[in-house]
Amino acid sequence: MVDWSSTLQVVSLSLLVAATSTLIGAVVGVPLGAVVALRRFRGRNFVRTLAFTFYGFPPVLAGLLVYLLLSRSGPLGFLGWVFTPIGMILAQAVLVVPIVMGITISAVQVVEKRLQDTALTLGASGRQWRTTALHEARVGVLTAIMVGFGRAISEVGAVLIVGGNIAGQTRVLTTAIVLETSEANYLAATIFGIVLFALAFVVFAALQRLQQEGIV
Amino acid sequence: MAVAVVLAVAGLGLSLQSHAAEYIVLASTTDVRDSGLLDYLNPQFQADAGIQVRYVAVGTGQALDTASRGDADLVWVHAPSLEQAFMAAGQGLCRNPVMTNAFLLVGPPSDPAHVAGLTNVTEAFARIWHANATFVSRADNSGTYVKELAVWSLVGYTPSPQNDSWYIETGQGMAATLTVASEKGGYTLTDDATFYALGSSLTLEIAVSGDPLLENVYHLIVVSPSLHPTANVDGALAYVDWLDSPKGQALIGAFEVAGHRLYTPDFAPGQPGEC
Repeated sequence: MVDWSSTLQVVSLSLLVAATSTLIGAVVGVPLGAVVALRRFRGRNFVRTLAFTFYGFPPVLAGLLVYLLLSRSGPLGFLGWVFTPIGMILAQAVLVVPIVMGITISAVQVVEKRLQDTALTLGASGRQWRTTALHEARVGVLTAIMVGFGRAISEVGAVLIVGGNIAGQTRVLTTAIVLETSEANYLAATIFGIVLFALAFVVFAALQRLQQEGIV
Repeated sequence: MAVAVVLAVAGLGLSLQSHAAEYIVLASTTDVRDSGLLDYLNPQFQADAGIQVRYVAVGTGQALDTASRGDADLVWVHAPSLEQAFMAAGQGLCRNPVMTNAFLLVGPPSDPAHVAGLTNVTEAFARIWHANATFVSRADNSGTYVKELAVWSLVGYTPSPQNDSWYIETGQGMAATLTVASEKGGYTLTDDATFYALGSSLTLEIAVSGDPLLENVYHLIVVSPSLHPTANVDGALAYVDWLDSPKGQALIGAFEVAGHRLYTPDFAPGQPGEC
């Protein structure tokens, strides 16, 4: 039922895939969110609504679209990324980027409104108060990254389709839970669930510590 | 620091991923995974041939689609009509029989349609229909579902959830469908391997077995290298040769789940189109 050496691999891969997709989500989503929050441009509200709408994007649809993209007969098939961790990371990144972006927009806008008057009164240039706003919003930005990680580590639809749940290669905690449940190994499925929960707890505890100490 | 953590995790993960020996990608039906057959055979093949088998277990229809997209090197499936269409489309290089097992009609111990003990599955389906007894269907383009539809066509009536409240479609794999049938007190068509593997968790009993119509034939198909030049056809052929060798066939015949020998080796050399 539960084989601990392969479980360790499943845990590591879960962490690897979710952490990498969250990293991509942060690298892409934070600057995009900051731009949308701080710049005035046509269609800004539309972009913001779109980002929020993507919170509700079904992971299984993201998985299907990324699968069709990466499949050997798809436009990026030559990369050979289908049924690999790289494909899984890409599929999760599709889910994480809008979340990080959307929450960053909210976080930056809140402090921006508060800061703008003060900073400009004190004689700051436009660039200076924007930098200050982003700095002041760092707690909210880290929250954005944490929520993004939560989405990545817990979703199953995308990694199941793009990864194929191959033992020792693309099996992660959530797809292992699906498999064990479908085989009526409810004990094993629950143990995987508890491991997932414990893993998320450790990661969130570490990130929260960073948040409180104001390191980032 | 956050970056350092991520890099450490990435390094750990990559080191676990890096034993990239030769491998093949097998798209299989779910029942050979759910019964445990693949996890029993594949390590022995890897020990003999040095080739790792990475399998993606989906329904037969999806397995064939995965292969026709070029995402698998071979398939292990059990729906002859879908397989013949796949071969006719030029997707397959060659197709070998590998084994057979049996489909079973299983149902609740109360047996509301009075089908227990019948040996004619068509008659049993007709009785379920006339009794409006709950029937749970895979409805997922799997080999089992294809077989179910074949039986309904012999009955002369194909139920649908729109018209028949007793007919439930799960759209899920065999194990999940058996669980639904068990919870709802319904009948369902299942391969015997998955049924025995789940055994104790189900409140279902075998109602009909032994009808020749319920024979479940599995084939291996290696994809066509002319359509899929990146496929590991040599590795896939080695796997097929091994499974159809005396050793592979003996291993399949000896495989047991819960004390039942589930699969009958079925390779006969010299058929047209064989690997």
